[in-house]
Amino acid sequence: MADEVLTAPLVLEYPFTRTTGPVIGGFLTGLREGVIHGVRRSDGTVMCPPLEYDPITSAPLSELVAVGTVGTVTTWTWNGEPRAQQPFTQPFAWAMITLDGADTPMLHAVFVDSADDMATGMRVEVVWRDKREGHIIDIAGFIPAVASTTGEPGAMPGDVEQIQSVRTSIRMEYTYTPGRALSQYLRAMKDKRILGDTCPETGEVSVPPRGVSSVAGKPTLPELVDLPDTGYIESFNITRVPIKMRPDLTPPYVSAWIVLDGASVGFMGLGMNVEPEDVRVGMRVRAVWKPDDELEMSAQNILGWEPTGEPDEVITDYARVGRIEQGDDQ
Amino acid sequence: MRDVAVVAFSQRQEAMINTESEVEFMVPLMNEAKDAVGLTQQEMGFTCSGSSDFLAGQAFSFVMTIDGTGPVPPISESHVEQDGAWALYEAWVKLQCGDIDTAFVYSYGKSSPGSLRDVLATQMDPYYVAPLWPDAFAIEAMAARQMLDQGVVSEQQLAEIASRSRAHAASNPHAVRTAPKSVDEILAEDYAMAPLRPSDLPASSDGGAVIVLAADDKARELCDRPAWIRGIDHRSDAHTLGVRDLTTSMSARIAAEKAGIGNDKIDIAELHAPFSSSEAVLTKALGLGGDTVINPSGGAQAAHTMMASGLIRIGEAAQRISCGDADRAVATAASGPCLQQNLVAVLEGE
Repeated sequence: MADEVLTAPLVLEYPFTRTTGPVIGGFLTGLREGVIHGVRRSDGTVMCPPLEYDPITSAPLSELVAVGTVGTVTTWTWNGEPRAQQPFTQPFAWAMITLDGADTPMLHAVFVDSADDMATGMRVEVVWRDKREGHIIDIAGFIPAVASTTGEPGAMPGDVEQIQSVRTSIRMEYTYTPGRALSQYLRAMKDKRILGDTCPETGEVSVPPRGVSSVAGKPTLPELVDLPDTGYIESFNITRVPIKMRPDLTPPYVSAWIVLDGASVGFMGLGMNVEPEDVRVGMRVRAVWKPDDELEMSAQNILGWEPTGEPDEVITDYARVGRIEQGDDQ
Repeated sequence: MRDVAVVAFSQRQEAMINTESEVEFMVPLMNEAKDAVGLTQQEMGFTCSGSSDFLAGQAFSFVMTIDGTGPVPPISESHVEQDGAWALYEAWVKLQCGDIDTAFVYSYGKSSPGSLRDVLATQMDPYYVAPLWPDAFAIEAMAARQMLDQGVVSEQQLAEIASRSRAHAASNPHAVRTAPKSVDEILAEDYAMAPLRPSDLPASSDGGAVIVLAADDKARELCDRPAWIRGIDHRSDAHTLGVRDLTTSMSARIAAEKAGIGNDKIDIAELHAPFSSSEAVLTKALGLGGDTVINPSGGAQAAHTMMASGLIRIGEAAQRISCGDADRAVATAASGPCLQQNLVAVLEGE
């Protein structure tokens, strides 16, 4: 029976601060003050939300026009279950809404009890968020308009601070699966074994294994091979400046390119139990493993690489085996 | 203009590929296409690929997949963060320059590790739309409602499209939604994203595709019946949803005209239409009707491999020409929300 597929959570997350320019910034400033703006296009119509160019004629646009807070639904769909990222906590309708005074619709949410309460052509009015900061979600959403709401465009207070940038966050969650070769590699790591894979044409051994030989353009041999946890430093550098994402590393520290005995390709590792000044190309090293009871299916089982004290490797050819031979031939 | 043809095509699509990495499942496809024409990587004049880092959740994820081509010694190579159909377009342009006779094109995508519906929200306007995280199905559903409201299409017609996709997919080993369903059965489905029903939505898949292009006599030498690209063009509509008429596709219509779709009758059309409603838009924009068989493979609805579905449409159309089932075909590829960008290729046999 095949092994269970390995999976790991992978989260891609980054905040992004975007500059707005005067048109988008003007719109967002308006939202903060409870006023919605469109921009006048080349043909005199009003586009809302505004862009700094006309998407059809490419003419630059700059004349902001306050539009109403009541509008008409031009199309809609029902979002029965809010998705994790959406800034809404209850079921809602997505709708394209053309505000009074504007000629193009904008996307936003309409809050009603069910899809039965939605219809193309229905009139809706803005619900403002209590605390506004100059962001599209300053509009909390829309609700069916009550007859008494006129939705007249608001007036901007004089002298307000203009929004210059807006912060948006991206967060996406994945379930990562490592594939054939890496899965075997990760399983073996739990037993303090290092596996590599072999090119079917040149016999070169790569670690970590990727399942494919870039020299041959073919899958590597199905059987992975055990490699010793010893090798040599082919190159290195000494880092003297701390990096934010690795608070566990205290400068100065050594990042070394490690070539295992029997491997054709190196990989990055940390120098351990050695003064940075003593590290040199050709230095023989062995893996420093985590304690046995802390081993996982992870390359992080290897904390770093320490000198073995053996005589240095004499490196005569940095371009090992097949790579250079193929390159020379053609 | 040089005559350029599709001379080899390979593909794989499955609901989920979780036991192989992208490069691991692409290598056999790459070699299948190369072996079909007896070319090695070093004999390819140019290589171009399409994929998206956002699907993999990894920056520069395509670099690992290039290893699968065997790029040693270094090859002439390029990548687009687009469906592979645009990689094919770049390769076609390169072939027009005249200094190469062959090109290798591939693209792939795995949607199963993440949520494609959410990932696609990140392609929207970053100030006004993306912060609301509208999911991809919702945006298309609003376009579909507009079409229904304006009488451009009926729910019955949408169900007919969905039913036909399933019927055609039954004979396509690469399709993932192959169970037949009648129009009445589809109309009886509850809405998934009103007015779209589950059968109107794409069946998401993981996979990839490879195409080999060759020019002039080289194509005749490599393939008994090359599928000649007689015209190819791509156009883009505005990014802002509010200024577009979502019930039609200006970009597809113009691209089809430029590609010369109207010069003769079209036997088959492979349309990159993930939704029943998008197929209705494309059929109209391309002026298809009469004897044209639409999506004989089941189309992108039956297997939607993000980043490869467009390239697969070209491959499916070419394959039917090469095996003699069709003499003239059209294939489209789409990108962006509601078919924002469209590529149209007209292919012919000799």
